[in-house]
Amino acid sequence: MTTHAERPTHAISIRNLKKSFGSNEVLKDISLDVDPGEVVCVIGPSGSGKSTLLRCVNLLEEPTSGQIFVGRDEMTDPDVDVDRVRRRIGMLFQSFNLFPHLTVLGNLTVAQTKVLRRSGAEAREVARRNLERVGMSHKEDAFPAQLSGGQQQRVAIARSLSMDPELMLFDEPTSALDPELVGEVLAVMKSLAAEGMTMMIVTHEMAFAREVAGRVVFMDGGFVVEQGAPADVIGNPQEARTKSFLHRVLNPMVIEADEITDEGVRDVT
Amino acid sequence: MTIQTTEAPRSRLTRRQRARLGRGVQYAIGLLVLALIAAKTDWATFSDAFLRSDIFWRMMPRVITVGLVNTLIYTALAFVFAFFLGLLLAIMKLSSIGPYRWFATAYIEFFRGVPALVVLFMVAYGIPNAFRGFTFPGDKYGMVMVGLGVTAAAYMAETFRAGIQAVPPGQLEAARTLGMSYPRTMRTIVLPQAFRIVIPPLTNELILLVKDSSLVYVVGVTAAQYELTKFSQDFLNRTVSPTPLLVGACCYLAITLPLSLLVRQLERRYAKAR
Repeated sequence: MTTHAERPTHAISIRNLKKSFGSNEVLKDISLDVDPGEVVCVIGPSGSGKSTLLRCVNLLEEPTSGQIFVGRDEMTDPDVDVDRVRRRIGMLFQSFNLFPHLTVLGNLTVAQTKVLRRSGAEAREVARRNLERVGMSHKEDAFPAQLSGGQQQRVAIARSLSMDPELMLFDEPTSALDPELVGEVLAVMKSLAAEGMTMMIVTHEMAFAREVAGRVVFMDGGFVVEQGAPADVIGNPQEARTKSFLHRVLNPMVIEADEITDEGVRDVT
Repeated sequence: MTIQTTEAPRSRLTRRQRARLGRGVQYAIGLLVLALIAAKTDWATFSDAFLRSDIFWRMMPRVITVGLVNTLIYTALAFVFAFFLGLLLAIMKLSSIGPYRWFATAYIEFFRGVPALVVLFMVAYGIPNAFRGFTFPGDKYGMVMVGLGVTAAAYMAETFRAGIQAVPPGQLEAARTLGMSYPRTMRTIVLPQAFRIVIPPLTNELILLVKDSSLVYVVGVTAAQYELTKFSQDFLNRTVSPTPLLVGACCYLAITLPLSLLVRQLERRYAKAR
């Protein structure tokens, strides 16, 4: 095993990660580092393994082989205290996953009091501060079902922030939202990036990736196909598959009927 | 090509008129059936047998202070026992450890398949026989608590398991990513939501248990330990009139109807928090 001294500390370090579901190999030898304060957007077609990659980082999915480090802790070490490391990793889901039986304030305080053992008063103070950051102070007594999708996702961000995470993972945070609600969530994420939060974001929002990401990673078929500055990967892609994907995403109306086959839409050449 | 007009020749009634007519016919049929039954009934004979107020007053107040109260006690004891045993079995059935799952499955299949009466009998006489010197705490009350509870637990285990599985997996993932351990997640996030989901089926089981308490006579209870059915039967034998049975039945309704109302209120209170 590598000793800590010789290994530079990345926020996240993924080494030769492979993940299979049964005989279906979803991730085929991924290596990727994310530096502290860096914002990395992972893009790619559905089924490319980008969500699985993200879920492997905090061990929601057990990697088949390879290593994952979060700071100095190796998540893939069988002896690691996963619950302790997870406290430092915020995670946002496509479906928000707020706790429906708790109020907004309850959602933000429950893990603080039960996991971090903060006092009720302290937890509420932290919660209110974070609700203010996401512009949701006025709804602290509401239940999640009474909020719009955009409001729920902002509360979910505040819930993660209340644990004082070192880094945050976003799994398509705006994919389940009505188009007019996407902006308010992206605005909050943008302000987090500006404050220096380390973020790994799986997204289909190319405009956001282009503006906020420090680096864009394009994945397809379980591999990292291309990565680099957003202006390069999105603005001037080198690989054919990247070009084809971006062409489809950026020009969804430019498609001929004869391009649609049984396997989907033919690659742009 | 001819154009179809909206006015079909067959029905000259408007949609509203037709709906009103349909409702009227349905009411008429219902009233007719009720009137027929009422006319055919021999009210004098029926009330002589079932509605004798002198017997009702002889049953009072002991049908309440003994029968009803004991039914409530037996039900409550068995429900509490079944609730916790059922929860334990549900968690065992969802366990990642094979033998726990097998045990829970075997338990549920066995006690769901065997009549509650037989189980009660086996607990009441089998356990003290198998373990020399063992007595149930609270004597007959403890015996009934276990005897009825083990059967009800099998049903409740399946209810709880369904409730736990109905909580979206995203809830578990969200809680675990906040650093909560598995047991903590179950206690704080999953079970409270599962409990809200299972309130209706759980009420069902509670009401079934109210009626199952009528089996208690097999453990051989004293007059002070009679529940409603045994109490009514006792009166039936002494008065040679079915009136006590009707009185007993009304007492069961006096338990189950308020219970249903209470649960409906509980559901309404939880409606927005789910």
